[in-house]
Amino acid sequence: MINEQVAQKLETQFPGAVIVQEEPVEDCIMLTSDQWQDVAKFLRDDPELKFDSLQCITGVDLGDENPMDVRYNLHSMSLLHKIEIRIPVKKDNPTIPSIEKIWRIGDWFEREVYDMYGIRFEGHRDLRRMLLPEDWEGWPLRKDYETPQTYHGMVVPKVKS
Amino acid sequence: MSIIRGEEMVLNIGPQHPSTHGVLRLKVKTDGEIVSEITPVIGYLHRCFEKHCENITYEQVIPYTDRCDYIAAMNNSFGYVIAIEEMMDIHVPERVEYIRVIMAELNRIASHLLALGTNGLDIGAFTPFLYMFRDREYILDLFETVCGARLLYNYMWVGGLSHDLPVGFVEAAYKFLDNFEPQIDEYNNLLMYNKIFVERTADVGVLPADVAINYGVSGPNLRGSGVKWDLRKNEPYSIYDRFEFDIPVGEGIMGSVGDCWDRYWVRIQEMRESVKIVRQALKQLPSEGDIHEAIPRKIRPPKGSIYKRTESPRGDLGYYIVSDGKPKPFRVKMRSPAFTAMSVLDEISRGWMLSDVLAILGSLDIVLGEIDR
Repeated sequence: MINEQVAQKLETQFPGAVIVQEEPVEDCIMLTSDQWQDVAKFLRDDPELKFDSLQCITGVDLGDENPMDVRYNLHSMSLLHKIEIRIPVKKDNPTIPSIEKIWRIGDWFEREVYDMYGIRFEGHRDLRRMLLPEDWEGWPLRKDYETPQTYHGMVVPKVKS
Repeated sequence: MSIIRGEEMVLNIGPQHPSTHGVLRLKVKTDGEIVSEITPVIGYLHRCFEKHCENITYEQVIPYTDRCDYIAAMNNSFGYVIAIEEMMDIHVPERVEYIRVIMAELNRIASHLLALGTNGLDIGAFTPFLYMFRDREYILDLFETVCGARLLYNYMWVGGLSHDLPVGFVEAAYKFLDNFEPQIDEYNNLLMYNKIFVERTADVGVLPADVAINYGVSGPNLRGSGVKWDLRKNEPYSIYDRFEFDIPVGEGIMGSVGDCWDRYWVRIQEMRESVKIVRQALKQLPSEGDIHEAIPRKIRPPKGSIYKRTESPRGDLGYYIVSDGKPKPFRVKMRSPAFTAMSVLDEISRGWMLSDVLAILGSLDIVLGEIDR
């Protein structure tokens, strides 16, 4: 089963959840964030879909005024198909429902995205920084990030690009 | 008899501790000797891999992928280069494909040797560790003749390889395999069926299959739980569909399916399978072919994104790459298998003794360089 079929199935089950792309550039399903938790549960439990394995959550900052993306790669171990889901989030107030109770690995993946992009996952049990120090300021993988000059009095070396 | 409940104590293991395989800190909540919760604190080795990738060109990322998982550097760059090749629609010569598979499988053996050796070392078996490191050194010597480096190779390039095989490599590789295969039985006699080792690992840290899948655990850890899943067979990449090999899965021979002993056993069996693959690849290796033929002059993948995963010695290693058509990647995300294996530690360690935690941690085969990136 491919993305289009899954998108159609979702559209009938959850009207308004799928964002229709006028010119689909890439093979993926765009979703709105408001019904995401129910959609995720459906994706995991529906007997025709059975996406039991969450492969990866990637945050992407598309730069400038564009919204940021959270991208989910799902895979089904029993039915051997995979899809990619993209959910745009606003840059000024980035929130998205958490799915860590549906796929347990989402816990750490979401913390990592939060760490790098500052996207808040609502309903997450323990949303803290993961790889960076707890008191680090800013969200490093955003395109408009500026490296602080010092950290606790230590000079942060500049990256030449 | 009523159970006496004491006060809970928080114990810090690490960041500097020989059993944590790198720089890892575990906040362990204990009730006496019994562990009630583990909070892994990671990030001590964070080197901003993903941020750096946005500031360097596609080919400059390759040495960086080596340094993420320094135990299996070949496999790490392998995954990266085939992702870029798929984006750019490059087809590499046959000889390159075979050499890549040979290197990846030899590196898998080397990585498993280290994993098994240190797993034994963590729970007190020192001697097998030395034997395994001795044999691992032969593989590193082979790599050194190929590309001059022992651990960090920068060998796989987009569209080709940095060097062709040196004269006499095939013979040397055969010689290694002939010597190595009987050694596996020796390890088994020394460690795997050793009564003390079995007592420490059988039935300890059982990871059920559904929990493993839900936590995204992959590779030998998942197969130890009895799930027959290997990307080399299930989603063949490169030329893995040409080789005959089995996927060993945990059967619960000494205890129950998915215990530490099963994970150990799966790695031992996988080394035998890798030997099989290397033998077949050496036999079929084409003698002709220019390894630099398909290397593009400019590496600029077209606009778009890709998620490509390969089977590294630790499991599903995925790269999510977004390109905007410029010489530098727009976004590179590495989905590391050790990261997901680490997250399941809390779940399977609860209720075990403190000393068992180190046996469980060792059996998960984590590499901190890859977790922290």
